[in-house]
Amino acid sequence: MSAPGQPAGPSRTPVYALVGNPNCGKSTLFNALTGLKQKVGNYPGVTVEKKIGTAYSQHGLPLTVIDLPGTYSLAARSPDEAVTRDVLLGRRADTPQPDRILCIVDATNLERNLYLVHQILDLGRPVILVLNMMDLAARSGMEVRVGRLEHALGIPVIACEAVNGKGLIELKLAMSRPDLPLSRHAWDIPAAIAPAVTELQASLAAGEGKSPLIARAEALLLLTDQDSVRVAGSTPLNARTTEILRSWQERWAGQEIDWAGILVGSRYDAIGVLAANAVQAGPPAGRTTSDKIDAVVTHPVWGWLILIAVMTLIFLSIFTLAEYPMDWIGAQIAALTRGVKDVMPAGDLRDLVTDGAIAGVGTIVTFLPQILILFFFIGLLENTGYMARAAFIMDRLMSRVGLNGKAFIPLLSSYACAIPGIMATRTIEDPKDRLTTILVAPLMSCSARLPVYLLMIAALVPGDRVPLPTKVGLMLLMYALGTFGAFGFAWLFKRTLLKGAPPLMIMELPPYRLPGLKDVVLHMIQRAGLFLKRAGTVILGISIILWFLTTYPKGPGGVVSIDHSFAGAAGHAIEPLIKPIGFDWRIGIGLISSFAAREVFVSSTAVVFSVQNFNADDAHADLTPLREALRNAHWPDGRALFTPLVCLSLMIYYVFAMQCMSTIAVVRRETNSWKWPIFQTLYMTGTAWVLSFIVYQAGRGLGF
Amino acid sequence: MAPELKLSELAIGASAVVRAYPKSGEAFLRLREMGVLPGTTVTLVRTAPLGDPLEIKVRGYHLTLRRSEAAHVVVEPAQTAG
Repeated sequence: MSAPGQPAGPSRTPVYALVGNPNCGKSTLFNALTGLKQKVGNYPGVTVEKKIGTAYSQHGLPLTVIDLPGTYSLAARSPDEAVTRDVLLGRRADTPQPDRILCIVDATNLERNLYLVHQILDLGRPVILVLNMMDLAARSGMEVRVGRLEHALGIPVIACEAVNGKGLIELKLAMSRPDLPLSRHAWDIPAAIAPAVTELQASLAAGEGKSPLIARAEALLLLTDQDSVRVAGSTPLNARTTEILRSWQERWAGQEIDWAGILVGSRYDAIGVLAANAVQAGPPAGRTTSDKIDAVVTHPVWGWLILIAVMTLIFLSIFTLAEYPMDWIGAQIAALTRGVKDVMPAGDLRDLVTDGAIAGVGTIVTFLPQILILFFFIGLLENTGYMARAAFIMDRLMSRVGLNGKAFIPLLSSYACAIPGIMATRTIEDPKDRLTTILVAPLMSCSARLPVYLLMIAALVPGDRVPLPTKVGLMLLMYALGTFGAFGFAWLFKRTLLKGAPPLMIMELPPYRLPGLKDVVLHMIQRAGLFLKRAGTVILGISIILWFLTTYPKGPGGVVSIDHSFAGAAGHAIEPLIKPIGFDWRIGIGLISSFAAREVFVSSTAVVFSVQNFNADDAHADLTPLREALRNAHWPDGRALFTPLVCLSLMIYYVFAMQCMSTIAVVRRETNSWKWPIFQTLYMTGTAWVLSFIVYQAGRGLGF
Repeated sequence: MAPELKLSELAIGASAVVRAYPKSGEAFLRLREMGVLPGTTVTLVRTAPLGDPLEIKVRGYHLTLRRSEAAHVVVEPAQTAG
């Protein structure tokens, strides 16, 4: 590794780390610096997004920029923050220690933003300080004197407006400098804890071969961060350092010395001096625009109405706007299938490609428009600052089941599709809260359950037309069941499996900002790309397995017949298991095949019950022939199969059962183990069976 | 001096200076790093529609915390309101 302040060797691209508080415009600056030259992935072993991009110096030389997760402090409280800390301290084997650090701060809120900068200056690495949102600071009447700050810190300080690209050239010029000065900001460690810092520093330097400054910075962190978050990839502390830390903490505890308080307090004292010197506060600020908006948005009456209106708007757009691209994608997939059928000779291989691979992946791709729209809105809510308000308003209700307000948006998104909902849980800091939210999110009735509900309601009600109140009533019942189920299980998990301290609600309410459309769209595309890339292989694999199970062995005369296939055999095999909830082996086949995605139940039921000319791909397909076929289905002893009670039992089963391989793939990715998706599948499907059993048997007992 | 006042008991719109809060506990470590320290002036901006959490203004930005945490923060009302 090159020495601090020196240019990296000519053979190696210099590595910059971009760090800053949340909501300070870090992503906007990263996008502006790197354009579309970004790679998004994951840090190995943790579900923290790793974003690396390439920027070019003023001389056209490439510079690597790592966008580290936003944090308020290097004393990490979440896996994301732990990654930021570990990369900066050079504790991650998978990521090179950055040569230089770009610290971005919100100029309108200098004091709190400088806290992180102050910790980073301790690292003894070359730092460039970027003062973002200078326009907003000026508008609020503040005068931030860049020169004074630069003089006091001794490092380049660049005034910048990342949203409209101002200050980028100056920043790139600073980044192109072959040498960067180290900070000359002197900061005295409070006397009470200085000996401990020295001792820890020596132990870290000797035991782990760290450079003196990094060892000192780490020693200081150990004293702030009482319950160090360790994540996969972090190097553990050595025993001697742990012992020194413990003995000092015991000594201080005996003397009633609040070491962490002293340390943080002295940093803020130093920052207070810096800020007083550099910032000329404007006239006492009256109500800012954000205050005025908040007076309405978090109002006891208007707040709820706005929340409901925003959510309604999102759901309306998902269901109306997504329809066109979904139809279009459906048509493209059908065309692709036809194309393949034209080119390839008929046979098993062709069927594997069309009915296995294309059909399976097609199912997921069809849902992509919904997923994209949802990601777009989630990004928009985050970018404008409304997301934090929604969490603020909902926190009280969410706290009843042991979650905090941040779980609200992920759970709500899951009504459209659990996948973006689960991916949106990354904003939840506490790992146990996050896991609880992931575990219950798929219980929210997603849009893929709608076709199943509709078919069952059609089959349930005698006559050709379902009276509207019945239809709406049953639908609402299903949504209510899923919602209460989700909250009930969240409550249960937080009290048993994932027991922990009550979650905190210490959250910044950032000022409202106009969203950067480019950032929102880029974020949406990256998220969707990650989903397709990581979930795609699992989905493809399961699709092919499902195809195989429904195709082989073939029926008499080599004709594909689902009755004779493994899936048919499996349907027969599970019949004893599902008979108590009113299902026969044919419904069993539907359950097995709809594991690909719930709405597949409709098309596979059409196949099993030999409905001719039924096109399940057509969203407006007439359900009448299928409904008639279901009404005429009987048990071998002549009893009707789809009694209203069985229809109800089946709907309840679909409310709770985990019938979605894409969700399983995403949960596997987000929890980084197979343990949780397997647990989730078992508890959801188990609950589904038990509830269907109760309803079916009770209904039978009552004579239905 | 008035009896001990807690941050959770502050009237909406009132400012106060933080005097003390527990030394340990994750909530207080975090509050500290977010700049809420003994001697810092905070203003209670509003409560959420259901009465919890609280929104305070500190060092020029807005922060939320639950009543259960605010009930442990001892404050001293500022000399002049606002």
